[in-house]
Amino acid sequence: MRAYIAGRLAAAVLVILGVSVVSFVLTFLTGDPAEIMLPPGATAAQIAKFRADWGFDDPVFVQYWRFLKRAVYGDFGNSLRHGQPSLPLIAARLPATFQLTVTAMLLAIALAVPLGVLAAMRRGGPMDLLAMAVALIGQSVPNFWLAIMMILLFAVSWGLLPTSGRGGIAHVVMPAAAIAINLMALLTRLVRSTMIEMLSEDYVRTARAKGLRELFVTSRHALPNALIPLVTVVGLQFGYILGGAVVIETIFTWPGVGLFTIQAILNRDYPVVQASVFILATAVVLINLAVDLLYVWLDPRIRVT
Amino acid sequence: MRLARRSPLAGAGVLVVGLVIVAALAAPLLATTDPVDQDLAVALKPPFWAPDGTLEHPLGTDHLGRDVYSRVIYGARISLVISVLAALLGAVVGVAAGLVAGYLGGRVDTVIMRLADLNLAFPLILLALAVVSLLGANLKNLVIVMAITTWMIYARVVRGLSLGLREREFVQAARALGAHDARIIARHVLPNVLAPVMVVWTLEVARIILMESALSFLGLGVPPPTPTWGRMLAEGRDYLTVAGWIAVFPGLAILFTVLGINFLGDGLRDLLDPRLRRQT
Repeated sequence: MRAYIAGRLAAAVLVILGVSVVSFVLTFLTGDPAEIMLPPGATAAQIAKFRADWGFDDPVFVQYWRFLKRAVYGDFGNSLRHGQPSLPLIAARLPATFQLTVTAMLLAIALAVPLGVLAAMRRGGPMDLLAMAVALIGQSVPNFWLAIMMILLFAVSWGLLPTSGRGGIAHVVMPAAAIAINLMALLTRLVRSTMIEMLSEDYVRTARAKGLRELFVTSRHALPNALIPLVTVVGLQFGYILGGAVVIETIFTWPGVGLFTIQAILNRDYPVVQASVFILATAVVLINLAVDLLYVWLDPRIRVT
Repeated sequence: MRLARRSPLAGAGVLVVGLVIVAALAAPLLATTDPVDQDLAVALKPPFWAPDGTLEHPLGTDHLGRDVYSRVIYGARISLVISVLAALLGAVVGVAAGLVAGYLGGRVDTVIMRLADLNLAFPLILLALAVVSLLGANLKNLVIVMAITTWMIYARVVRGLSLGLREREFVQAARALGAHDARIIARHVLPNVLAPVMVVWTLEVARIILMESALSFLGLGVPPPTPTWGRMLAEGRDYLTVAGWIAVFPGLAILFTVLGINFLGDGLRDLLDPRLRRQT
């Protein structure tokens, strides 16, 4: 058990180191960072000074080591566009993204669990058909298109919801729903299949044989066990959810990290892109680690072995 | 055929995918106008069923008077080419990596699987956006970038399968007869992982179509004037209040294509390997 946790921690540290290498390498993909970072038309002297200032003339390993040391202190360099350190700029936008992604996750879970459970309880029934339709369409619909269609319907035609910015609950509904749709499809499918499995387990049959009501058997005996894989999947999907947020934030001009990063990418503001890629990937690694550890706590079978 | 009889959904999938492939191949025949032809005189015309729509532009026109129907037809080309090639490239790399990792095990296995973990840690669309913006958005780079977002899925599936295959009698027998590792992998392990790889490939094509159109939507797809579904959507977004149809149809095209491929993939999975669950 302790060895397992230690192993997971070591793996996470290794992956984060890898993340730092990738973030570092990103800057080198186009060749000369000086060309990207300096405004067009810079003189040879300016380029030379820039290269010397930033240490681009040093060996790559020396540069990476310096990047890593700075990164540990949270220094990713100044944003070329905003002239301020990149990290605080990103950190300031994290709460907005956090609010959006967590709302989307909760929304997906809140819809998928009852739908999946009802589908599993009456297989082949109308609820089951609805669940399967949701699962199939939900995994195929482009979330950015859904976002636009929602805007067309709820904002343009009916004027019910705001189309952009961050404010009250009304602002979060459409972007969260757009991000939630793919996850919800996946979770509905998952809850349905695990519930079907759980409902045929011996302990469920025992509970029924004791004369417990079906509702009680389902909610207290089968459901908690069916929710364990849900935790893993939601955790593993966190990267995709963040990816979804990147696109959806752009559509709703939601002032989060996604919108900020896309703007940085389009403006070639590389210190920000670097910092953002590093931070988001690290967040994914940490969430996955947390899920692995949570799993140990949730499922006693793993704890013992 | 066997597929269609077993599962009506898979049959529907085959039909939809077939239609999209035909649309892509026969685009010049099916399109009513050149997809890049601008004609400002007929800009923002609604689809034919609307009061002032005409059959000349069955799905209406965009802000530059380009025919939406023809652009949707041509848009299938980019989506299919990129997704099929990228899924193929990713499959070649991922299957090779998975075979080597699973069969050889040990340090090679650890290194390859850590690389896969690392790759999975990045929000893939963000990675794709950053790399495309650095390398430049063109067909070749998009294929490479999409392949980077897919190889590890194959690697994981194939590794798991070859771990099991390594212990099977026919592999042990080949080894006892003195066959080289490379030969065993190619002749005995590889053929046994191809069926699940086919399933993963199909589902990955669907996922890549979604990602490619998202990139294109954000302005980092194949550059204009080539019509892409993603960019059509992005352009339509600016005219939502006056011409919703510009954004509606390319989105429907993406939805139906991806839905069709997913049906097909699910059907293939049930047919080829009922044990292989959808990779989550």
